Amino acid sequence: MTVNLATRTTPMPLAGGLAWRLVERNLLVYRRIWLLIVSGFFEPVFYLLSLGVGIGALVGTVAGPDGRAIEYTAFVAPALLAASAMNGAVYDSTMNVFFKLKYAKTYDAMLSTPLGPADIAVGEILWAQLRGTLYSATFLLVMAALGLIDSWWALLALPATMLIGLAFAAVGMAATSFMRGWQDFEFVQLAILPMFLFSTTFFPLSVYPRPLQLVVQLTPLFHGIELVRPLTTGAGIGIGLLGHALYFVGLAAIGLAVTARRLEKLLLK
Amino acid sequence: MTEPDPAEQLVHARGLTKRFGDFTAVDGIDVDVRRGEAFGFLGPNGAGKSSTMRMIACVSPVTDGTLRVLGRDPATDGAWIRGRLGVVPQEDSLDLELTVRENLLVYGRYFGLPKPLIRERAEELLDFVQLTDKRDAKVDALSGGMKRRLTIARSLINEPEVLLLDEPTTGLDPQARHVLWDRLFRLKQQGVTLILTTHYMDEAEQLCDRLVVMDKAHIVAEGSPAELIGQWSAREVVEVRFAPGDHEAMAGKVEDLGSRVEVLPDRLLLYTEDGDAAAAAVHERGLHPVGLLVRRSTLEDVFLRLTGRTLVD
Amino acid sequence: MLAAPHALRSYEYWLFQYKRTYKGSLVSTILFPVLFLASMGLGLGTLVDQSASGGVDGRSYLTFLAPGLLAATAMQTAVGESTYPVMGAIKWVKTYHAMLATPLGVLDVLVGHVLFIATRILISAGIFLAVMTLFGASESPLALFALVGALLTGLAFALPTIAFAAVTENDAGFAFLFRFVVTPLFLFGGVFYPVEQLPVVLEQVAYVTPLWHGVDLSRDLALGTATAAGTAGHVLYLSVWIVAGFAVAARNYRRRLAV
Repeated sequence: MTVNLATRTTPMPLAGGLAWRLVERNLLVYRRIWLLIVSGFFEPVFYLLSLGVGIGALVGTVAGPDGRAIEYTAFVAPALLAASAMNGAVYDSTMNVFFKLKYAKTYDAMLSTPLGPADIAVGEILWAQLRGTLYSATFLLVMAALGLIDSWWALLALPATMLIGLAFAAVGMAATSFMRGWQDFEFVQLAILPMFLFSTTFFPLSVYPRPLQLVVQLTPLFHGIELVRPLTTGAGIGIGLLGHALYFVGLAAIGLAVTARRLEKLLLK
Repeated sequence: MTEPDPAEQLVHARGLTKRFGDFTAVDGIDVDVRRGEAFGFLGPNGAGKSSTMRMIACVSPVTDGTLRVLGRDPATDGAWIRGRLGVVPQEDSLDLELTVRENLLVYGRYFGLPKPLIRERAEELLDFVQLTDKRDAKVDALSGGMKRRLTIARSLINEPEVLLLDEPTTGLDPQARHVLWDRLFRLKQQGVTLILTTHYMDEAEQLCDRLVVMDKAHIVAEGSPAELIGQWSAREVVEVRFAPGDHEAMAGKVEDLGSRVEVLPDRLLLYTEDGDAAAAAVHERGLHPVGLLVRRSTLEDVFLRLTGRTLVD
Repeated sequence: MLAAPHALRSYEYWLFQYKRTYKGSLVSTILFPVLFLASMGLGLGTLVDQSASGGVDGRSYLTFLAPGLLAATAMQTAVGESTYPVMGAIKWVKTYHAMLATPLGVLDVLVGHVLFIATRILISAGIFLAVMTLFGASESPLALFALVGALLTGLAFALPTIAFAAVTENDAGFAFLFRFVVTPLFLFGGVFYPVEQLPVVLEQVAYVTPLWHGVDLSRDLALGTATAAGTAGHVLYLSVWIVAGFAVAARNYRRRLAV
């Protein structure tokens, strides 16, 4: 039966059209709880304001991407931008998908229509992307208003966060296809929180001893921050950024490939 | 058995099998459903009815055997087939985050239907299932019967050729069940092919032209309700009550009066072609039952005969 | 009528339930304090301690931060245990209804659940204190009393939250509670830096919140800088929240559960 499975799941990029129906559905739902959506944007802003005001005053300046000193707030802001792109994408592709799958049975109903598993996966990722882009754009505006953007390169920070979001959403959905129950989400937490805390979000890599630096450099969020921080600070722009972008292209490709392969397992019994 | 015209054969299964790991849920069944009929899968819990329905609905990959729905293979043409089916699942899968009407609108969009057409159909369907005054209510607030009716309305949004109903009235009160049967009967009159599973015999007798009885992943009997009764039970049943504890002993004294006698804790069931004659004979033999009732044989008798009286889950 | 023995039966139910499921949360209860203290205390601490400020009030950043995080942990555990579990016991799992079908009364149900939440606060605060001590971040034997401070802080959040959870109709309110109360308090309530660094208006707001009192209380006890008057003030203030919260919770439970 592997032949049949393949014919049903492989046209992943071709799923396009009907996937937007899922986005339509989510829009309809969220129109009613828009306040909740809007509120999601505040968390990174609160972090930015708190750390900027308080820790900024304690720390003063830190070494920026090119080694020159920058204000602590300007240092931490792009990192929060990348981290919130990660957090949003992971939430949307794991907890949210798992809840709809196991409890709300939202997908069961969809699957008895012409919508297939691929449409659902693509639709949810599209939705996560839309939402994430909205948050990122607003956060960039807040940064601009606070005078934390020093370069026109910052315009590229938006597509950069979209790429980061896509990669994390793809990997998150792949991970969800292996989840047995809520207890497994503990592992998601155990992956996300250390990244948030240690991937040079709050302090530079130089704080770590050399062996730990190597470990930190392996984490996806580190690459996200390395990609976004030069763009908003305008410091350390170089060809190296393409390397970090390619890292996420690769991550997204792997995530999508695993998701495509596991879709039947995820959605069809 | 003569093979019916393929165009009129909406479901065609040969050796249809579904396995989950080592567990075989459906074991090589043959089924044919013709256009316009109401076809039932009867069976106790765990018999394989729902698994069969999910395969027909193209949401569960077939493990083995052949399955054609509307003449096509679910493995390759799943989306095309699903576009022409209506599905009422066993558990309501309504979108709890949407209102009654929005449920219909969004579901219609999944079929790729244009919005104006869906809006028009949504109004008609809400009227058909008597939910017009609840159109803007949240689904959460509906009663069980209303949810069921909404699920049926939703399943009709794409004007399906075949409607699949998995235990449509389980858990509903008698009023709600009758309303639902009435709607399903009207759909059948409009030419919609109905395929349903149930473990209610009255439902099967009310709705089904033809049915199969499933037990332990197999089909154990097939035919119209009347045919099944004729084949597996006698025309009438005499229920005879004696003093508690006497039934085993009394069974021997009446067993020649019918084709079969069954001993239950509180009564004897005597299967016979002529109930009144058998009843008279019981009295003539001076057995003095505490109570005696002659009734027609029902599908329930067939069902219990075929699938046993022991609990299955 | 004595409520105590009956309330203990309800408490026993929650403990029993917890014994079956605690393993799932144990890893995070232990690991999250380690991660936070390592990242913020050691990592960010390196930046703070090496900067011109040279730490906070002449102490290393780690020793300043740790007691604050202890109080914040108590708050987070308390709010977490007082939101979804309470709504679940009323609306989804209907645990309360099952209890009320026995000789237990509404007040027993409430007190039993509060006792359990207090236990949960003590467990996570205790683990946090242990981790914090391993990091070398508790400087005084008085630190053990910081556990009591954490318990009071937790309860000062738990009871008003329970009161809210008992009457709110859907869980969207909880998302707002976390986003607009718990997170801002965590970030602006004096955990990461002295509230004197905030703009004056926010500083005044901070003094009203129970979290700041909890943080200050824990910090003074852990650093051994507590004064009798200061400690009494904090304890009194937190107690007001606890008692008032209990009164409202009791009223809301009666409204919601008593027929």
